Amino acid sequence: MRPILMKGHERPLTFLKYNREGDLLFSCAKDHTPTVWFADDGERLGTYRGHNGAVWSCDVSRDSTRLITASADQTAKLWNVQTGEQLHTFNFDSPARSVDFSVGDNLAVITTDPFMAFTSAIHVKRIASDPSEQTGDSVLVLKGPQGRINRAVWGPLNRTIISAGEDSIIRRWDTETGKLLQESEPEVGHTKQITSLAKSSDGSHFVTGSLDKSAKLWDIRDLSLIKTYVTERPVNAVTMSPLLDHVVLGGGQDASSVTTTDHRAGKFEAKFFDKVLQEEIGGVKGHFGPINALAFNPDGKSFSSGGEDGYVRLHHFDPDYFSIKI
Amino acid sequence: MAMVEKSAPSKLRWGELEEEDGEDLDFLLPPKQVIGPDESGVKRVIEYKFNEDGNKVKITTTSRVRKLANARLSRKAVERRSWAKFGDGVHEDVGARLTMVSTEEIRLERPKAPAGSKEEESKTAGDTLSQLNKNTFLMLCRTCGKKGDHWTSRCPYKDLATQAESSFPDSVKPAASEAAGKEAAAAAAKAAYVPPSMRANADRSSVVGSDMRRRNEENSVRVTNLSEDTREEDLRELFNPFGPVSRVYVAMDQKTGVSRGFGFVNFVSREDGERAIRKLNGYGYDNLILRLEWATPRKTN
Repeated sequence: MRPILMKGHERPLTFLKYNREGDLLFSCAKDHTPTVWFADDGERLGTYRGHNGAVWSCDVSRDSTRLITASADQTAKLWNVQTGEQLHTFNFDSPARSVDFSVGDNLAVITTDPFMAFTSAIHVKRIASDPSEQTGDSVLVLKGPQGRINRAVWGPLNRTIISAGEDSIIRRWDTETGKLLQESEPEVGHTKQITSLAKSSDGSHFVTGSLDKSAKLWDIRDLSLIKTYVTERPVNAVTMSPLLDHVVLGGGQDASSVTTTDHRAGKFEAKFFDKVLQEEIGGVKGHFGPINALAFNPDGKSFSSGGEDGYVRLHHFDPDYFSIKI
Repeated sequence: MAMVEKSAPSKLRWGELEEEDGEDLDFLLPPKQVIGPDESGVKRVIEYKFNEDGNKVKITTTSRVRKLANARLSRKAVERRSWAKFGDGVHEDVGARLTMVSTEEIRLERPKAPAGSKEEESKTAGDTLSQLNKNTFLMLCRTCGKKGDHWTSRCPYKDLATQAESSFPDSVKPAASEAAGKEAAAAAAKAAYVPPSMRANADRSSVVGSDMRRRNEENSVRVTNLSEDTREEDLRELFNPFGPVSRVYVAMDQKTGVSRGFGFVNFVSREDGERAIRKLNGYGYDNLILRLEWATPRKTN
């Protein structure tokens, strides 16, 4: 395959997200402008200007009309996808790290980092269907975990929120009462910071990537460990194919040590693993730096990776990919 | 691909041009031209603009339009395709090239061949090799000239190489023995380089292993009327049942990367090639009827 290279960002990529139909690709980077691309040929559709800090995460509504972004400028912003117009700004006391729309797009979960005297928190905001009625009040604020919460996503039927972060423990929260329901078993869990978390397309399980050089597959209902994928470099990004039983891990050495070693030592590949057999299927090379973000097109026929090098690489699979046998 | 042309004011005089300072002269520029895409997908866009020095610059962008995996799009997605650009996307520079197609072909690199199939492969390879040794001499030691016994690198007589000609004359060259004696003497006499094929112990009737280029044309079958989708792997799969294949080549158009519809398959033995031609000439492959024939050797001047 010949990947499409998209050089719209001047700083490292942080997050990638496809819309439901898989025709738009949203990219977030440490420069301040999230960008939307056509996912078929990589043409840039537009940028969302207004943030004043690195943008860490984004999510798009099911009907592809709203975009929500979380930024280090201590805000989360709602955008009109088509025009790039700002609809609302949620202000926080510390940098916002991750966002996720609930099923139905009525709620959004936003995590904030520990900052000065503030501890990390998970905020649940109600998203009004009419942007003029949007308020900034939190429906629920969850606190407790030490350190940064890198990712929080909605569980089945919006009844739970799954969070993971620096303390390497995965937590399941009740969205009605705000109580902590469960923590992952430390014996089977990650030993270092969890950097990424991605749900399967049906939302029944999720995969987490960690700096302990492994990724783990968990059941979303009871946080039981299903599979472990071991690799030889820290995992910064994970995603799952919606079509085949494939898990993709992205990573590489620390950005700070990249310039001091040979480029081959970095292992800046997207590694494909068989979800069931936990065996490596192959690697896709190309980035000049660690991979920070991965996303699979909802049709399963292409995926994109975003790297520390500022490039988004959009890969449309060759036909032989679909017949790979272990 | 930019070339500077002298600005040619058509109806305005140069005096007026100076005053306006080149700001609003865009109407002077010829309109943007889009040529193609032609049948091989090559599209050429010609644009004109003024550079800082006020010179008119012609910018020719040649790109190839490729159809990507044909996806079925929802009505909403089709609608979104025609959305107007916004943000920084509105004024995209002509030469910005934010989106590029990688010039490098990236493959999903398998970590290692699956253990089972590799074993099988080496076994079959060994089989064909031992089979070959019975009638053809693919394995020919260049040091001692022994056929079908060991490779050059594994020659047990390596240290004796200089004496080889005299010490094993009869055992190593049963075929060309009378000519060999004469040439061995000649070789001893002059220290000049003698190409392997000209050496005393070389078997001239079989060029196998002696000349790389000639070997490539040995038992070459020309396959024409291939469909565009046929890759070298497909041809290998198609021809492998007839016997060991030493080379498969499908001609590709350099510009477009599309198959030109013909290729060559080299067989290790001529009989296999003969059989393949008999069986596959006129064979329906990918909706097309294959045509096979012995390749005519390339003319050498």
